[in-house]
Amino acid sequence: MRRPLRRLAFGLVAAACAAPGSPRAQELVADLSRHLVAITTGFVGTDVLLFGATDGEGDVIVVVRGPRRPTVVRHRTRMAGIWVNDAELTFVNAPAFYWMASSRPLDRVLPAVAMERHRIGIRHLALRPDRAVDEDTLESFRDALVRNKTRIGLYGEQLGSIAFLGNRLFRTTVYFPANVPTGTYTVAVFLVRQGRVVSAQTTPLLVSKVGLGAEISRFAHERSILYGIMAIAMALLAGWLAGAVFRKA
Amino acid sequence: MQIYLPIAEISLNVLLLLGLGGLVGFLSGLFGVGGGFLMTPLLIFNGVPPAVAVATEANQVVAASVSGVLAHMRRGNVDFKMGGVLLLGGLAGSGFGVWLYSMLRAVGQLDIVISLAYVVFLGVIGSLMVVESVRAILRRRQPGAPRRKLHQHTWLHGLPFKMRFRKSKLYISALLPLTIGCLVGILSAIMGVGGGFIMVPAMIYLLGMPTLTVIGTSLFQIIFVTANVTFLQAVENQTVDVVLALILLTGGVVGAQLGSRFAGRFPGEQLRFLLALVVLGVAAGIVVSLVATPEDLYILGRESVG
Repeated sequence: MRRPLRRLAFGLVAAACAAPGSPRAQELVADLSRHLVAITTGFVGTDVLLFGATDGEGDVIVVVRGPRRPTVVRHRTRMAGIWVNDAELTFVNAPAFYWMASSRPLDRVLPAVAMERHRIGIRHLALRPDRAVDEDTLESFRDALVRNKTRIGLYGEQLGSIAFLGNRLFRTTVYFPANVPTGTYTVAVFLVRQGRVVSAQTTPLLVSKVGLGAEISRFAHERSILYGIMAIAMALLAGWLAGAVFRKA
Repeated sequence: MQIYLPIAEISLNVLLLLGLGGLVGFLSGLFGVGGGFLMTPLLIFNGVPPAVAVATEANQVVAASVSGVLAHMRRGNVDFKMGGVLLLGGLAGSGFGVWLYSMLRAVGQLDIVISLAYVVFLGVIGSLMVVESVRAILRRRQPGAPRRKLHQHTWLHGLPFKMRFRKSKLYISALLPLTIGCLVGILSAIMGVGGGFIMVPAMIYLLGMPTLTVIGTSLFQIIFVTANVTFLQAVENQTVDVVLALILLTGGVVGAQLGSRFAGRFPGEQLRFLLALVVLGVAAGIVVSLVATPEDLYILGRESVG
């Protein structure tokens, strides 16, 4: 968590220094329509609107990143006719969610070196394995992680999806699917001119279970003994109730 | 109408879940088994993480068994002494099973072990039931056939620690029900089933209990074994989803009552034959999923931090 932030701060400072004559209007302002994605009982996924303005021409890149979590990738192989897991690799810092959008295709906006530096784009994600493996293995597990995450809608790139209104105002929507992991997200917006990031801004976004579901989940993890007893009590009661009701009917 | 399941962490359609509960409940009422062996794979097919499916199903089976056992108690079909001995074995087995489950999960082979356990047990029991029920149906068609003995005497009846089970009209070694209870307890923890589909044939064919007392007695002890599994899973793995369990059992109890009403209209052998076909069908479905080439050779494991 710490290193990219520092990197980002670095970028900000660099951008600020690069702009001579400081008492100018802010180069980039952006905000979200809301800063909390509430997972309620009826949650089926949701859109969050991101909007902002620049002080002139330029391209905008948005990166939404979920909390980092150790993620296991397993490889399956056929053994005696059935598919079993044979090898696995854990990425200790894989973002649980990663989504990127830009106002134009990236290769026309930013050179690869800059994307690498700012960790923009799925190809430039810093994914650290928990043990040393050779390059090919790492590559295939890494691709597999991205492929699987993309299939379940947790990783994605939408190049050219940020719409400009005039050449100053921009907007895009970020979709959080029903299976979105909970935690603190960061939404980073980059302003790019002539192949360089000239300004950046990050905004936090909280994805959290709220209401009854949140209570149940917290209860299950924090008071697991009591939770187990209550689950059984509920089942006993329900069974007895059903028996009693249908006996009369 | 979608509902977010707080422990499974996915949204599923309430009507779909109620329907699944009702369908499996109907079958379980019809055949006198818990139905967990059908529900767990169905939940996994619908995207519920296997760990949550197994633990939640155990919780649901508690409710299903309670409502079933009440009906059987009223008819005096529960052998409490036999149930108690089976239960002793069952508690030991389920404790071991939950431990085994956590270990397999850590090693990363849990899903495959669950699937294989299903294939082996469903396949063997389904086949045995087909053979047995077809024989019984054929025997019924020959009116002159001699009456069978209550049960065959084998070396199993020579084991020590003999106990008398009056209700079941048996005088057998306590080791036998203890072992059966223990094995079913292990399966119950790993597979998320009450174990009725194994317990019922084992009691009929291995112990030689009269069919009438088998179902009630099996349900009686399943309550305690699945309650134990629910508790241990909740404490060890935090994988019991009470919201999911509640929806499933709502559909389940209604289905079960309808099923048990239906059951009276069919002769026992034909019911057993039908159940055998269902059991074999589920086994075949799992075999296909194990053998078929997966969409992606790589899969994501459950994140180790919740």
